[in-house]
This record gives sequence, C-alpha cells and structure tokens, in this order.
Amino acid sequence: MLQDKDRIFTNLYGQDDWALAGAKRRGVWDNTKALLELGRENIVEQIKESGLRGRGGAGFPTGLKWSFMPKDRGDRPAYLVVNADESEPGSCKDREILRNDPHRLLEGCLVAGFAMGASACYIYIRGEYYHESSQIQKAIDEAYDAGLIGKNACGSGYDYEIYLRRGAGAYICGEETALLESLEGKKGQPRLKPPFPAACGLYGCPTTINNVETIAVTPEILRRGVSWWSGFGRPNNTGTKIFSISGHVNKPLNVEEEMSIPLKELIEKHAGGVIGGWDNLLAVIPGGSSVPCLPASTCSNILMDFDSLREAQSGLGTAAVIVMDKSTDIVEAIARLSHFYMHESCGQCTPCREGTGWMYRVMTRLVRGEAELEEIDTLLDVTYQVEGHTICALGDAAAWPIQGLLRHFRPEVERRIKERRQSMAAAE
Amino acid sequence: MPKLTIDGKEIEVADGLSVLQACELAGVEIPRFCYHDRLSVAGNCRMCLVEMERAPKPIASCAMPVGEGMVIKTDTDKVKKARNGVMEFLLINHPLDCPICDQGGECDLQDQAMAYGFDRSRYDENKRAVSEKYMGPLIKTIMTRCIQCTRCVRFATEIAGVEEIGLVNRGEHAEITTLEQAIDSELSGNLVDVCPVGALTSKPYAFTARPWELRKTDSIDVLDAVGSNIRVDTRGREVMRVLPRLHEEINEEWINDKTRHACDGLSRQRLDRPYLRNQSGRLEAVSWDVAFKAIAKRLSGLSGDKIAALAGDLCDAESMLALKDLMAGLGSPNLDCRQDGAKIDASCRAGYIFNSSIAGIESADAILIVGSNPRWEAAMVNARLRKRVLQGGVKLGLIGQQVDLTYSYDYLGAGPESLSEIAEGKGAFAKVLEKAERPMIILGMGALARADGAAVLAAARKIAERSGMVSDTWNGFNVLHTAAARVGGLDLGFLPGEGGRDTDAILAGCEDGAIEALFLLGADELDMGRLGEAGKGPFVIYQGHHGDAGAHRADVILPGAAYTEKNATYVNTEGRVQLARLAAFPPGEAREDWTILRALSEVIGKRLPYDSLGELRQRLIETNPVFAAVDQVGAAAWGSFGTEGQMEASPFVSPVGVFYMTDPISRASETMAQCVEAFALGVRKGATGTHG
Repeated sequence: MLQDKDRIFTNLYGQDDWALAGAKRRGVWDNTKALLELGRENIVEQIKESGLRGRGGAGFPTGLKWSFMPKDRGDRPAYLVVNADESEPGSCKDREILRNDPHRLLEGCLVAGFAMGASACYIYIRGEYYHESSQIQKAIDEAYDAGLIGKNACGSGYDYEIYLRRGAGAYICGEETALLESLEGKKGQPRLKPPFPAACGLYGCPTTINNVETIAVTPEILRRGVSWWSGFGRPNNTGTKIFSISGHVNKPLNVEEEMSIPLKELIEKHAGGVIGGWDNLLAVIPGGSSVPCLPASTCSNILMDFDSLREAQSGLGTAAVIVMDKSTDIVEAIARLSHFYMHESCGQCTPCREGTGWMYRVMTRLVRGEAELEEIDTLLDVTYQVEGHTICALGDAAAWPIQGLLRHFRPEVERRIKERRQSMAAAE
Repeated sequence: MPKLTIDGKEIEVADGLSVLQACELAGVEIPRFCYHDRLSVAGNCRMCLVEMERAPKPIASCAMPVGEGMVIKTDTDKVKKARNGVMEFLLINHPLDCPICDQGGECDLQDQAMAYGFDRSRYDENKRAVSEKYMGPLIKTIMTRCIQCTRCVRFATEIAGVEEIGLVNRGEHAEITTLEQAIDSELSGNLVDVCPVGALTSKPYAFTARPWELRKTDSIDVLDAVGSNIRVDTRGREVMRVLPRLHEEINEEWINDKTRHACDGLSRQRLDRPYLRNQSGRLEAVSWDVAFKAIAKRLSGLSGDKIAALAGDLCDAESMLALKDLMAGLGSPNLDCRQDGAKIDASCRAGYIFNSSIAGIESADAILIVGSNPRWEAAMVNARLRKRVLQGGVKLGLIGQQVDLTYSYDYLGAGPESLSEIAEGKGAFAKVLEKAERPMIILGMGALARADGAAVLAAARKIAERSGMVSDTWNGFNVLHTAAARVGGLDLGFLPGEGGRDTDAILAGCEDGAIEALFLLGADELDMGRLGEAGKGPFVIYQGHHGDAGAHRADVILPGAAYTEKNATYVNTEGRVQLARLAAFPPGEAREDWTILRALSEVIGKRLPYDSLGELRQRLIETNPVFAAVDQVGAAAWGSFGTEGQMEASPFVSPVGVFYMTDPISRASETMAQCVEAFALGVRKGATGTHG
C-alpha cells in the first residue's frame, strides 16, 4: 500500500489550498528551473527510463511518445496538447487534479512541453467541467503573474504559453485527433492516421497529446528520481496511479495507489469493501466503461495494472473501477453502455455509425430476453465486425463491453431468452 | 520508388501513392465508396480495408501511403470478413429499394453488394429513415439511401467551391444537408455522378429511363467553347440524359450543369419541317422542294454582293464549309462566323486560340484574366483555374467585372485603362507577370467583342510579348471563346472575303437595302431588329434546329440537326478538333446540315462537289490541315495580330449574363428555365407562382 510520503497528489481531496500558495507549500513549482536545466534529451530519457505509461487509457509509453517529436522543428511551432476531456463513464480522476491541484498540471505542462520542444500548450477541457475550467484558468493566470510560464518561464530563458479551451460535450473529442479537430474549430471527428500528430497535428504542426495525469506526474518523477517511481508496481507497469472507484462499494472515491495493487485490496482498503461483502460481488469493470468486465471469480486475485488486466482479456483503461454487486442487472448495465456508445459515435465511419446502433438494439432486447438464442452469436459477430475496423478506438470501446458480457455472463443472457420463451408458451 | 508486395506479387510504384492506388496498378481491385481519385481522402467507408503485414488491424488502403517493403494482402479471410462486415453495415439502414431507385443498374452499392456482400440480412431491427433535403432544381434527394461517404461534401467544397452542403449531426443521426438551400453551383450536376448510391439523383431525369434501355454515344458538348467530352444516352429518338466522359486535358470527369441538363431543350421548340413565309406573312409548312425552289427563285439574278451569310455559335465545321463554298459559288464575299462582332484576326492562329491548353493552366504561375467571367463562359476552364489556385503558388489578376469565381484573385480594374497600364509595364501585376516563369493571359469575348476589340487584342499581345509569355516551350496567350463554332469557323475561313462585309456591315447592309438575301446558319444571337420586318427587309433564309430568334424572322426555314443528331466536327477554344457523333436522328423532316446545303446547291445550280461526309471532310482538311489531327493541340506559330489603337473607356462586360440560357437549346430547356428561376431570379422553394 502506498505510503503518504510517496503520494504525488497530496491535495486530491481538496482539503488544502488549491491555489499557487498552497501548491508551492506542497512542493509544486519547487525549483522547476532546475528540472528544465536537465535538458530536453535528458528529460525524455529519464521519462523513458521511468517506464511511465500514458494514463489516458491506451497505456502508450510516454517517453517514447515524446521522442517522436521532431528534434529540429525550425520556424514551425510545435504543441503540447493536454487532454482534459475526461468523459469516460466511471472515470473522474482528472477532475480532481484540475479542481484541487491545477498547478501540478501546469508545472507538468511546462516540463513536458520543454522536453518535447513545444512552443505552446493547449489544455482542452471537457465542457461540463465548468468549475474545473475556471480553477485552471485562475491557476494559469497566477502562473503567468508569477513568471512561472509565459516569457522566460521560471527564469529558464524558455518562452512557453499555455491556453485553455473548453469542449462542447462530445465524448469523441477525447479521442486525440478528434480533439485536435475540435481545437481547430471543426467538427470533432477523428483523423486518419498516418499522419500521426507528432508529424502533423494541431494546425498541421508537430503535436503531442497527453492525458492530464500523465503530464501532472512528470515533474515529480524528475524531482524524486526515476528509481523512486519505478519502485512502485511491476516492471513495465511502474509508478503510482489514481484509481476512481465507483458503484456498489461502501465508500466510492478517487485514490492514488501503487500500480499492480490487487483489485481486492484496492476495494477493501480504500473503498470500504463491496456492499454486502466480497461474496456479494458480481462483476467489476476495471478500467472505465470501454473495457470488458471481469466476473467476481477473476476479481479476487487480479492485479491492477496494464499487463495483468490484459491477460485477463480486459484492460486498465483509465483505472476507473466500476463495482457491481449481485443486485445488478448486468445485461441492462452493459446495454446502457451500448446506448452511450451509440449516442457518442461521431458517425464518420461505417462500422461504428451503423454497428453501435445495431448492437444497442439487440442488447435492449436481450435485457428482456426478446431474442433468439442464435442472435447471441450474431451479436458477438457484429462486435467483431466493428472492432478493429474503425478509424478510431470508439468502435472497439463499443464492442468490448458486450464481448466481456458474453464471455462471462452468457448463461445469464441465455436464461432470459429461455425463460421468456417458456412464459410465452405458458401464456398460450 | 518504394517496392511493395501485393498478394505475393512485387511491384514498384511511384512515391506518394496510396496502397489502394498501388493495388490498382498491380491489377488488384479494391472495393471503395468514399474514395474518389479527384477528391481528398476521407477514409470513412472502410470498404477498402486490406491486411498489412505487422499491422495489428486491417488498414484503410485509400488512406495509407505506400512504404518500402510493405506486404499487402487483399485476398485473405480476414479481409473478406472485413469487407463483408462493412457491406452488411452499409446495408442494414439502406432501404434496398433498388427497383424504384434511379441509380439502379449503375449503383456502386448494388454492384459491390453483389461482389462482397452477404446474400441475406441478419438485421431484424427497424431501419433508419432520413427526411429528404431540398437541393435545387437539379438534384433529387432520397437521403435514406445515403451511406454518408461525404463525396458530395468534398466535391462541393473542393472542386465546385461552394460550401452549401455538409454533414450535420453525429452517429446514426448524421445526415447530408444543404439546410434547404439550392446548391448554387454551375457544377452541381456532378454531385449526382460522385454519389455512389441513389441518395442524390438527377431531378429532371427522375423515373424516365433505366440505364439498360439507353443507347450510349460518345460525343462532344457544344454549349460552350470548351468542348467537354460527353456521353449522350438516348432511348429511341429522344436524348434522355447527358453524362460526362473522361478527358483529362479538357473536362477531366466533370461537366457543367448546362451541358448536362439542357438536353431536354432538344425536344422542345424544334424545327422539324421546312417553312415558307406566305403572302399573308405567316410561316407555312412546306415541302423541301417548295422551300428550295422559293430560295432559288429569290436568289436567281441576284449579284453576289447583295447576298450575305452569317454562321451561329453551334455550327459544325462541315456545314460552315459547305455554306462557305456555296457563297463562293454565288460570288458573295459577305460571310462571317463572328456573330457577336468579335474583332479577331484569322491571320494568325495563335492569336485566336487558347494556346496553353486547358490542362496548361495547371502549370501557370501567374494568370491575368481580361474581360471574361470564366465561371459562366467556360465552367470547366474555371474549375481548372480553381484547381490551380488551390495548388498554391499562383498569382491571379482580373480585369473586367468583379464576379465570384469561387476563388480569390486580385481585382485590377474594370476596363481598358487597367489593361493598358499593364501593357505599359505599370503596376504591381505587370511585375508579377514579368517575374513569372509561366505567365498566362486569358482574353474573353467581353474584351474582344466590342468596337475597340482589335486594339484590346493588340494590347494583350503587347502584354504577352513584354512579359515573356511566348517561348519555344510555353505559350500563355489564351483567347477564351464562348461559341463552339468559332475556332472552327476561323480555321476554315468563314470570314469576309476580299471587299466583303463583316457581321456589322452585313447588318448595316440589311438596314440600308444593300443586302437583299441573308443566309443565317443557326445564327440567333443577332439584333434581329436590324433585319427589318419580314417582307420589307432582306430575304432571310434560316437553317437551324430551334425556333428561336432567327427562325422567327426568317422567310424560309430549313430544319437542321442539333449537335446530338449529326456526325460533325467542332474545334474547341484550344484549337482541338473533336468529333461529335450522331446519337439520335433529327426530328421530322430535319436533316444533317451539310446535306441540306448540298441539296440546296443543286437546286440553285451551284452544285457543291462532295457527295459524302468523307469527301466533305477531305475538303475540310484541304482547306486547313488542322482538321486532320483529331483531338490534338499543336503549337501555333506566333505572329502579328490585333491593331494598335485607341481603346474606349467603357468597362469589359462578359457576354454571358445568365449562365443557364445562352443558346437556342438551353433557351428551349425547361430545366434551364427552372435553374434561371432558382439561381438567377432567386425564387425560393415553395414559391407558388402567385407569390408576387
């Protein structure tokens, strides 16, 4: 279990002053100039070495991503874009950072932006995060006034601007290239890759898009050292992580914990356990709505990290743990997620536009058992027809929850169909 | 040149191609809906998915650039499954109403569903329905059929340069719309062609024919001087529709809306039998024999200088030559093919053609447009200019009317004053032209069809010479004609002979009685008032296909064939000789034009020496060897043309005021009338006719 001294987000619960004075007390902006003096390549090397993987869901190695930025960009600007469009159902970790510790993010923006040679940073924040956007704007203003960012940021001789942009409430704008489109003032639809943003991103310039949490932890990694960071978690799954635990637990919360912590320990130690006890657990969605759920049997000894969850055919995603006890109608729960993905599909590419609606409609019938048994296989086939065939990952995200359901709870789905058929027969 | 392996076959392709293009070069067909050669890549239909080695997921081949050592597989089970899946998704919300769909039989969705789809549906839910959208008088929408490929959006914004069409909403609710506006573009008809399904179909053509009933004839458009390549689809004698035909150097694969939709004018207002004005002044239907004899009677004893002939804008080279020969037989030097009075010199071919060629626009780096609105006068040339502008690195200036050309340009002035400034090397744009490597001037009829046209032509020549527009490898001096007949007429010398009268003098002669017989070969764009009233003025013989201005004034009408009804030669503004083909026979007793003149010559005793089209074409080539080289543009020798002189102050005005009505055919077209109403008069949808 993570000790208090090793926590990065010491104001996660907003008990302390969020503003600059409080942030400085907590060690934010502490000799940031020295961090910058490490030099571009050195910082990227250290982040690579730390094994930090992106906290936005895909878990791509952060240092590697930064190293894709062109070394010499000439007169062209380059951008760091911070993805604060946190919209994944179940996930609310970035919200706490933005709300209670905005300066930690801003310091990260400066350090990360410097390391990748960016000339400016855009923070794209979810439109519904109104309070958070005003907090972060106040923090940006404070940082400018204190000379921490802007011209000669932190006295380092490096000029760096930070802009805040609010989204308009579309889930798809959290997809990095749709986010860029939206930032440019266009309709939020994902771009084709290649070209990748590091070559041709915002306004056609080299761009790196990172999650809020990823950026916010980087100064601490540099400050406390790579070995401190990589001391947490298993190899390739290092560091600390904010877990958002929601659903049928006694005490839902966000908590910063060590990576690779057992799921059971996480729930029992921090969230007060499953309502009605561990034996009352039905399933857990371990990484936000996009990842397949895990049945209770798997939950007992699974570790919360990228590799272990992938082995269990799920994923860490944004580490938003959604706990469902036995009172849950699991089919309806997944059907609700299908509705979400249908609603949020941008409509650009065929499999997602047409498939999400199809999947949702079949799912709603499965809730009531109004289907034939063969339709379960058809549904599964449809999910595979969507998965991997779309421009962005939304198609995958729509397919996975259903695949998870049918993998672990197929008997439940079949039971409803059979029962309905029997009751229909009895009524006749 | 990257080398890649496609289905086990190694192939080396040019850099910058997409995998889809490489597959095509390798002879592998990749199904697609959203991908179109001439539009930006959207990658949204996902039909072109292929497998690439080391890629975890299938890739969209249209969007993936080729790379060295790529291994592409298009025939694996994974690819088949992916295509199958996409096809199924496209069809679940498609109405499958092929039997009542105008796209049926020539539908990409239909064809590809046959090749790559399931044979049954697994979709048991209700299908989505989308309300129809209003897109103007030319485009009919059945939006439920739409597969959201966005080709139409991309065509409109990229090629046509209008932004009225877009995709709104998201997910299942995504739909293409113009927000109830008509698409105000002269290229809008092409939207129907780019639409791979039956969502956008041709409104005038709706429910009139099935593709397999139509006879398809490759031909040439004559409603402007561009000479767009077209395919004429006929059923029986009726032209049902006109479609574009690929010609990279002229119209690529687009045509303008007049070319496409004026064809309904071919069956209206037609002259289908000879007419003769009787004693009471009324036109009376007569036999060919009677008409010819009436002409012979009137011409007999008339000296050549009292006879004149004018050729109109839609005339083919063969009939003009026949008429020229006939006039020579009658001893008349009074003939002209420039019915708008353009002061064009025929002495030097480089002085009256579009020397750089239309495709040459793409390599120009400075362009000066003088007295022309290319958007209305030659829409396909304007599309090429827009393409050039979008490529970047070109300076464009315009002297004349300040109009919306769908791209931005430097407006340099309204009239000759601005032209002479540049001719004298003054002003910023003169410097631009001088510095440019491949400068170009486009001289429209608005600058030449005026009293001081010869002086304007000379000033333009001066600009061309002083800014180095003419070299061994490049000739940027371009005349943009509006009449399909004009270059052919100039090439074969349908011009005043020695001491002969030009158009203006002929008309003056009609007024003062010096001209007693006037032959109008399809000439309708004249001030007919100058011919005087029938019976009082000269004896007017009108040969043509439509009951328009000329026929109205005529004393004898000889019914001819429209461009779809004869095998005929036309020369476009580039000086490119092209052949129109007979797609349907002329109506009633109307005949191919040269045969009428041949028959008439016999009756009046001046027999023309050719009995077949082949012989006439031989005579054409003897008259000017350019007619021997079909579909070629050769360099024309530079020489002296134009007459230096004083230019008037009045501004240049484009001869085309309303794009949709410029000639007898489009004036007879109901569709064009609807376009005029919607676009030129701005009558909105829902107008009742009593809307004030």
